[in-house]
Amino acid sequence: MAEKKIKSTEIESSNGQVHASGRVLVDKTYKLYIGGAFPRTESGRYTPITLNDNSVVNICEGSRKDFREAVVVARKAQSGWSKRTAYNRGQILYRIAEMLEARHAQFVDLLEQIGSENPAGEVDASIDRIVHYAGWSDKYQQVFSTVNPVSGPYFNFSVPEPTGVVAIICPQHNPLLALITNLLAGVVSGNACILIIPPINGAVAITLAEVLHTSDLPGGVVNIITGSEAELVPHVSGHMDVNAVVYASDHQDILRLIQSESSANVKRVIARQYEDWSDAELEGPYLISDTVEIKTTWHPIGQ
Amino acid sequence: MAKKKNKEKTRIHFDTDWKYDPAPESVEHIKVNKQYEHYIGGSWKSPNEGKYFNTVNPASGKRLARIASGSTSDIDDAVAAARKAFGPWSALPGKERGKWLFKLARQIQERAREFAVIESLDGGKPIRESKAVDIPLAAAHFFYHAGWADKLTYAFPGRNPEPLGVAGQIIPWNFPLLMAAWKLAPALATGNTVVLKPAETTPLTALKLAELIDDLGFPPGVINIVTGAGDTGAALVQHPDIDKIAFTGSTDVGKEIQKSIAGTGKKLTLELGGKAANIILEDAAIDQAVEGIINGIYFNQGHVCCAGSRLLVQESIESKVIKKLKDRMSTLVIGDPLDKNTDIGAINSRAQLKTIQKYIELGAKEGGEIFQCEGSLPDGKGFWCKPTLFTGLAQSSTLVKEEIFGPVLAVQSFRTLEEALTKANNTPYGLSAGVWTDKGAKIFKMTTKLKAGIIWANTYNKFDPASPFGGYKESGFGREGGLHGLSAYVTF
Repeated sequence: MAEKKIKSTEIESSNGQVHASGRVLVDKTYKLYIGGAFPRTESGRYTPITLNDNSVVNICEGSRKDFREAVVVARKAQSGWSKRTAYNRGQILYRIAEMLEARHAQFVDLLEQIGSENPAGEVDASIDRIVHYAGWSDKYQQVFSTVNPVSGPYFNFSVPEPTGVVAIICPQHNPLLALITNLLAGVVSGNACILIIPPINGAVAITLAEVLHTSDLPGGVVNIITGSEAELVPHVSGHMDVNAVVYASDHQDILRLIQSESSANVKRVIARQYEDWSDAELEGPYLISDTVEIKTTWHPIGQ
Repeated sequence: MAKKKNKEKTRIHFDTDWKYDPAPESVEHIKVNKQYEHYIGGSWKSPNEGKYFNTVNPASGKRLARIASGSTSDIDDAVAAARKAFGPWSALPGKERGKWLFKLARQIQERAREFAVIESLDGGKPIRESKAVDIPLAAAHFFYHAGWADKLTYAFPGRNPEPLGVAGQIIPWNFPLLMAAWKLAPALATGNTVVLKPAETTPLTALKLAELIDDLGFPPGVINIVTGAGDTGAALVQHPDIDKIAFTGSTDVGKEIQKSIAGTGKKLTLELGGKAANIILEDAAIDQAVEGIINGIYFNQGHVCCAGSRLLVQESIESKVIKKLKDRMSTLVIGDPLDKNTDIGAINSRAQLKTIQKYIELGAKEGGEIFQCEGSLPDGKGFWCKPTLFTGLAQSSTLVKEEIFGPVLAVQSFRTLEEALTKANNTPYGLSAGVWTDKGAKIFKMTTKLKAGIIWANTYNKFDPASPFGGYKESGFGREGGLHGLSAYVTF
């Protein structure tokens, strides 16, 4: 290209990579988010995504091995996360809202770049949804717990506990809001999550990982893998150390595959299919209850 | 040594020194027909393919009755009847629906003795257990859920619960009437209609329940009962007009069901197998703990999904606990299920006896040391198995890993609470667990870390309609009983 010597201010870029001042912009490399770190996919594969400004970003095409690695770190992180006090979890989740608010403009821009319909509205709704779910951290237990009036001299009570490691397959539409809703409903109770993100939403999801990373969320509690849903789903549903799969994407044939293969270890399969993730139904404690187990404890009274 | 010998002399051998006189429950007023048909749409229907099978008394091997064998077309008829009944039943005000269930509960109580005797005849369980546990709890389940029928909106704050439609329910042979009640009561209270398939070896009490439903004049088609084996169950699972499957049984079959209904939109709850750890800490009240171990594994011949089939005992008290356990095992009375003194009845079927015997042989092969109490088993053609325990088994041995569903206890020891928790949770199952200690803080340390749906602390094998029951991990999903059990039968 540079056949003759020219000043940088004279260089033109086809997709806005040069600032008006002539300064060449520094791009971000989008990688995965696993165990609180940002590794590249071990497979070395990528999907080029052309943004609305014609710039091209390379999104990692995550592999089976990346997913399996994420399960290992998620399992390790889960017990510590669920042992945190509910108040502490609530504060950390609220912190995500603070961090996202501070980056509001960046996410509006990112959503615009991938052609979202209402970027500002989606970022607003996402922040508010985080606040909503953060507040459930020390309340949903009281909604779902019971002291059970058994016919005998026993104290008997039931409480929800996190299911464990939850894989979440995110949809293409509402890139930020759908991700946030499913993620928060999963982690608020103490689950560790692995998100599978379609490449087109990769830049949004991995930038969100930076937000999560600066919110005191322990590494491994949330892991983000960008890549092909069709390729990764068999590895997700067949994995013997994943307790639940939330399918929030839209392909009925893939949902069917998940429901079928999840029988390998009796995974809980939750299908959440919404055209509009700002739906009021997606708030409240009931999404949280999808990925908890009810534990009932008996003890004699005065015997 | 002399002292020890003396003790040995004073031990009573219940088989020879001190025999109980027979105390059999009378069967005179019990009515069992020679042949039973399906109960579909409020009347008795002969099987479309004309096939029958026998249900036998496992204590004698003798036939009790001929039972209709359900085919796909019988299932079609039953589902059609349930679908027809769904509209009116679900439209019935909750108060009215509730009264039908209250009436049902009362009728079971009134016929309790007959149900108990038939349960023991058909399934081999001690009459004491049928009378004290199975039948009263079955009635209690209907009574409990009856009261929910007009209060469902209070169970789901902010939501409007609606019934799912037609539920297909498949139940096991270990608690035949009780399992029918666990399945039917919440489904009916929430406004669903049901096709129930009882287990092949124990269909009689469900059919007696159909008689009772018929006598009550229950709205036809709300409860349909189709008898048969695995094929009948498979036809029910695969029927396209079923909205919900509820299954209690083995993990293998549960997985098949989960796989087979993928993509159909059918709602599913599974209550599957278990391999529960019953953990005895060194500061436990040992005599109570020994009773808890016995009740945990030998209750109902060990045919219990939540049986405490792995005993984890702290090393410092291991020999003491095992000695007391063996002494207590020697006092267990094995014999006629209808005898009021019987502790251990008959194994439910010949097939199950073979399975258990296979495991016992395997335990010895894998290096375990077997203990069975002295004395002989009852004569005749019944299916019997002595209460058995194995010590010296490795964590990797088959008897520690697999569900046996019989009176076989695998004993392991541990030193620290962490080791106990690791061993207890080292299983794909997660149905139940037991913890015995006198220290409150230790109880909660253990109960909060055990990965299981039901934890019994200083007790074991207690059940109640108000208490949710169901597992973690491969022991299934969904709960039965209590407020939590209602969500398995509603949509919003």
